[in-house]
Amino acid sequence: MMQHLVILPIVLPLVAGVVLLRSRQGNTHHKRVIGVSATVALLAVAIALVIKASSGEVTYYAVGDWQPPFGIVMVLDRLSALMILLTAILALGCVVFACAGDDEQGSNFHGLFQLQLMGINGAFLTGDLFNLFVFFEVLLLASYALLMHGGGKARIQAGVHYVVLNLAGSSLFLIAVGVLYGATGTLNMADMAVRLSELNPERAGLVSAGALLLLVVFGLKAAILPLYFWMPRAYAAAPAPVAALFAIMTKVGIYAILRVYHLVFGDHAGPLAALEQPWVWWLSLATLVVAAIGVLAARDLRLLVAYLVLVSVGTLLAGIGIHTPQAISALLFYLVHTTLVTGGLFLLAELIGLQRGKANTRLVKGRPLQNGGLLASLFFLSAVAVAGLPPLSGAIGKALLLDATPADHQPWLWPILLGAGLCSLVALSRAGSTLFWRSHEGEPNRAPLTRRQLFGVSWLLGASPLLVILAGPVSDYTQATAEQLASPDPHIQALLPEAVAGGDT
Amino acid sequence: MTLLWIPLLTLLGVLVPALTARRGRGFCTLATVTLPAMALLLTLSQVPALLDGELPRVALSWIPSLGLDLAFRMDGLSLMFATLILGIGLLIILYAHFYLSAGEPYGRFYAYLVLFMLSMLGIVMADNLLLLWIFWELTSLSSFLLIGYWSHWTDARKGARMAMTVTGAGGLALLAGFLLLGDMVGSFDLGVVLSSADVILADPRYPVMLVLVLLGAFTKSAQFPFHFWLPHAMAAPTPVSAYLHSATMVKAGIFLMARLHPALGDSELWGWLVTLTGMTTFLYGAWFALLKTDLKAILAFSTVSHLGLVTALLGIGSPMAILAALFHILNHATFKGALFMSAGIIDHETGARELGKLGGLRRAMPITALLTTITAASMAGVPLLNGFLSKEMFFTETLDTALLGGLGWLLPVLATLGGILSVAYSLRLVHGVFFKPAKEVPPKSPHEPPRLMRAPVELLATLCVAVGLFPAALATGILDLATRAVLREPLDFHLAIWHGVNLPLVMSLAALAAGITAYGLHSNIRHFARQFAPIDARLVFEGTIQSLVARTQTLTHRLENGSLQRYMSLLLGTALLLATLGLVELPELAGDKPTQPLDAMLVLGSALMIFAALGTAITHRYRLISLLMLSVVGLVVSLTFARFSAPDLALTQLSVEVVTMILLMLALFFLPQKTPQESSASRIIRDLVLAGTLGMVVASLNYAVLTREIDSIAGFFIANSVPGGGGHNVVNVILVDFRGFDTLGEITVLALAGLAIFKLLNRLRLFMPHSDGEGRVWSPDRYPMILTTVSQALLPLALLVAAFIFLRGHNMPGGGFIAGLVTAVALILVYMARGVEWTQNRLDFPYQPVAIGGVAVATLTGLGSWLFGRPFLTSAFGHFHIPLVGDIELATAMLFDLGVYLAVVGATLMILANLGKLTTPHRPTKEAPAVSRKETPAPPSEEAPLILDTEKSQRPSKEKA
Repeated sequence: MMQHLVILPIVLPLVAGVVLLRSRQGNTHHKRVIGVSATVALLAVAIALVIKASSGEVTYYAVGDWQPPFGIVMVLDRLSALMILLTAILALGCVVFACAGDDEQGSNFHGLFQLQLMGINGAFLTGDLFNLFVFFEVLLLASYALLMHGGGKARIQAGVHYVVLNLAGSSLFLIAVGVLYGATGTLNMADMAVRLSELNPERAGLVSAGALLLLVVFGLKAAILPLYFWMPRAYAAAPAPVAALFAIMTKVGIYAILRVYHLVFGDHAGPLAALEQPWVWWLSLATLVVAAIGVLAARDLRLLVAYLVLVSVGTLLAGIGIHTPQAISALLFYLVHTTLVTGGLFLLAELIGLQRGKANTRLVKGRPLQNGGLLASLFFLSAVAVAGLPPLSGAIGKALLLDATPADHQPWLWPILLGAGLCSLVALSRAGSTLFWRSHEGEPNRAPLTRRQLFGVSWLLGASPLLVILAGPVSDYTQATAEQLASPDPHIQALLPEAVAGGDT
Repeated sequence: MTLLWIPLLTLLGVLVPALTARRGRGFCTLATVTLPAMALLLTLSQVPALLDGELPRVALSWIPSLGLDLAFRMDGLSLMFATLILGIGLLIILYAHFYLSAGEPYGRFYAYLVLFMLSMLGIVMADNLLLLWIFWELTSLSSFLLIGYWSHWTDARKGARMAMTVTGAGGLALLAGFLLLGDMVGSFDLGVVLSSADVILADPRYPVMLVLVLLGAFTKSAQFPFHFWLPHAMAAPTPVSAYLHSATMVKAGIFLMARLHPALGDSELWGWLVTLTGMTTFLYGAWFALLKTDLKAILAFSTVSHLGLVTALLGIGSPMAILAALFHILNHATFKGALFMSAGIIDHETGARELGKLGGLRRAMPITALLTTITAASMAGVPLLNGFLSKEMFFTETLDTALLGGLGWLLPVLATLGGILSVAYSLRLVHGVFFKPAKEVPPKSPHEPPRLMRAPVELLATLCVAVGLFPAALATGILDLATRAVLREPLDFHLAIWHGVNLPLVMSLAALAAGITAYGLHSNIRHFARQFAPIDARLVFEGTIQSLVARTQTLTHRLENGSLQRYMSLLLGTALLLATLGLVELPELAGDKPTQPLDAMLVLGSALMIFAALGTAITHRYRLISLLMLSVVGLVVSLTFARFSAPDLALTQLSVEVVTMILLMLALFFLPQKTPQESSASRIIRDLVLAGTLGMVVASLNYAVLTREIDSIAGFFIANSVPGGGGHNVVNVILVDFRGFDTLGEITVLALAGLAIFKLLNRLRLFMPHSDGEGRVWSPDRYPMILTTVSQALLPLALLVAAFIFLRGHNMPGGGFIAGLVTAVALILVYMARGVEWTQNRLDFPYQPVAIGGVAVATLTGLGSWLFGRPFLTSAFGHFHIPLVGDIELATAMLFDLGVYLAVVGATLMILANLGKLTTPHRPTKEAPAVSRKETPAPPSEEAPLILDTEKSQRPSKEKA
């Protein structure tokens, strides 16, 4: 089995998904057992992958035994291992939470959930540009189905925007891949990197058109400024465990930008190297501003969390825009933190909404909560974490990023990032004091918390203090990851031993 | 390591009250006190080492890449503050034991209090700037919880939020300042920073950094103009006010300035900024303290004033000024802590805090009256009390400083003015509460508090007197250590009550005399001040935040107006911009590859396609025509594939076209009959330009790609199709073998689409139109005879064709995908001819397992290769001799292709059946729990055709299943 380890994050959820989906009926209990155990197994696989990847060696798995650059390869390096582990941790919290009853609100929840994981993991592992498109489709369709889970007008409306914009993005993806294939003659990303180093300069414009179109696609997935509009409403409307899982979806876009523009358009690409950087940098700042405005404006807790996700997107993209290994390392640390904490917040919002009855998560005076003390403490912790205040992980991530900002970027990023933090602080303190402190006299809505729900929430939020305690080793890992990304030559040589990447190196 | 135990014990102390709260308040208080008391003893145990000139420190590596270590130090300054924090903290816990009323959750209160103690300890002991910052923000957070403790009270909530916002903002500025500072000296280690003054002062970023750091300090220490949060933080329970907002937290900013003084303090900018801010705050606070009538408000503003005094001293920055500042910190903590607790006692025992409602309490509470008088006198700077000593030192320093040059005389004058005001408000406080006859009867009949509740006040008042009388004996030791830490060298000083008759003494006496007079004229002053509209900082602050929120809401709504058209145009516009930027870099559009000659067929085809594409867009309001146009486009695309020798693609495209068209027609049926309003002219122009240019850009990209030679990996596939994949049809081998993984993903997508559409439609209730857009009712002929006959005859034929296409797929055009589509088309025809229910009664099985089964077959084929130790989806093939049939080549890829076939058929039928079901009387209205639902509807009572349904449409979508 060890030799197939690299593809397990795709095959495992695929098999689990197929088993779960073989019929719409069936014993809910069995489905839950299968769904949760598949996710636990995925977590174990992910841990094994991280251990394997932390040796620093890049390994690949040639699907169908067709060697690169001709066949499709799954590539394991530190970055893909980290992303898979993050997905598995997030997914476990979500799926256990869903077992408290959200999964019964509609059909096929667990099966779709597993296929969603397959799509996400595939996107993180693949070393082939067209295969990346395929996995984007898998995760798009699965997420659309999950978004519809439970039904309702708001979901359908948000879902239309979500699916139409993302399908348009898929068409652009195809055009971009077509252009890049037409210009370089290959789909394997490592091979494309090699071919770019010896590219006929006459074709540079063609390649850059393809590369920038790809940036539009990834930017759409990541929810960057002029393309983020599908995101807030869809995330706010999604069922809680789905919204929590979606916390990783914008990160798929971030990952794709990191991967493609470091591997394919690295230093060896000459004039095309890092061509995404100025765009990502300026748009990330604009995204941060818009996100901070949205955070202040949100009148519903779920929407507030959705805009906090947008803040994190801006923050992460700013790290890419800076483009130094230190900044990439910082953004990876922040990425782990923000994914888990915003995921936990979506789950927590659901619990709060359930106990507030008709007021739900709207930020208005409502009835007192049955478990006010516990929920308030959890909300306080997550708010501290997500606003980037010490002593939780957000502060560490933010400090790492600010510290990694070079002098000429500081006057832009520092005020905007810190200002966005302040806006989050104001919005969260207003939200928290409305939800927990400002209540009517009256009976709380009877919606007892279940152990599964509490596990889901604390599993995700517990990551924040843990990240602080383990900040040393984690930041060492992200540092090594960033360095591995910054020098793609070993990566290319692992896949294509004959090819000498970079021409002159 | 001992050092680490001081914060660690306090950290553990946070948990104690939570764990012991159930054992009763007395036990809980005792338990809570234990660990901080031990921490205090540990702190004091460091004194001998400090006296020996050592600097105890401990450092554990935490995040090396950030330069953040878990490092603590214990120098004189830390010692002084740590003693203050732990000592007063213990007194406060004792006091709170009596202060809180019976029903209140005291466990939580203690926990917050100890948490706050921990964060303050962290600030004063941190030996790393970032660590200091972490604890700094932690004080803001714990104070938020403490101020908001009486959360049902709107003042408490607003006060808590305001304090958190202001100090939180300052904290962020501080972080930026620290990062700059760390960047200048290359380390966040406090020792390195403190010994790098020359580097720091020479750095061009020094002014920015200084302002950022001072913003942090000023917000925390409530310096003008950030002072406004402090009076509103008084909504907290009195023990909190006494502890946080007079003795400790507000001193954090001052501590920071003292801490960093060796590194940052030696500049003109520092002197000006800090001194002037301090003096302004000193006077501003004193003036408002005189005007306020609420006991805690008076104390709050007087705290603001005294913080200003200390800040001004730190700004002056001479060694003696530092000494005076540190001394005043100690003195202020003692007398103000005591005063706050007295105010709490008065409030607790009388139920009133307004000066107007109080009076004559000296009879009912003689001891409290005495204690309050002593401590207030110390605040006013009456001789023989500790407050007098440090205040006189302040006067001396204002006289000695060279700051302000020719206007140097201004400082002592302002200082005296502040002195006058503080005498006046102290006098007013004591006189008003205890000596002036009461105007009204207080809510409760007043009496002395419990003995132990008064004990902390007694202790602090005693300290005021003792230090006032014997300053040299009692204060020299600690001050010597503390000044040594700030000045980095021993300071030779002598604390004494009597320095002879000199100018500072005259200033003190003048302030006393004038202060008493000012109190006499107090009603006139209040009368004068009444002319100014009172500004309630809380209202202003909340108003600002609320208008900010309203403005952001307008902005967000304007940006995200919910229009998909806008979002789409932004997406396409961005794509257009970026693609264009690449395209213009291309030296010329056409490459070196010669273009093929044009023939009549090509021209005709292209013309047709262009016409149909334009037609689709132009007629988009006439759905059916538009759809027909679209199908023409698809048809020409298929023909193009055929023309350029891609029969596989042509076949696929053709069958996809058919299925898509039918499904689209079904979907169009449900669109509202109303034609939406025509877009405005400018919108049409915008869309036209956007679509046109994007089309041109994509076409140019295509042209550029197609006219260039590529050296692609395609050659490998052609060469290896037969030897490696066992098939002559390269396209099929690519689909099921070389890139079978893509196909596996795509059939998963197809199955997912089926599932998603089921989820979407299952709860949807749509309006069923009874006629088409022009008002023509649907045809009454439900089962057109010819169609029924043809479709039934066609079905076996089509299935046969599908089987044929499937089997030959590996070597000749065909394959599972096309075969699946052909099957689906044939079944759709039956559906259309016979209606949903007739068909489903005969195809009586759910489609989801078919679609998923397809994915399963493909996956299992892939997994099969593991048995042979090969990677996922490795194919195998061989030639077999089967009797009667003859030689035949079999490949595992065919099994995979079977999966593709099943997935295509299953998914298409799922979509179709679900769309079709919406037209039957048994439309599901609710997606019931997965367990109890069946996909096929209940046995039909009446057959309904798919589209041509007249009867049902008369009463659209009213019935419930």
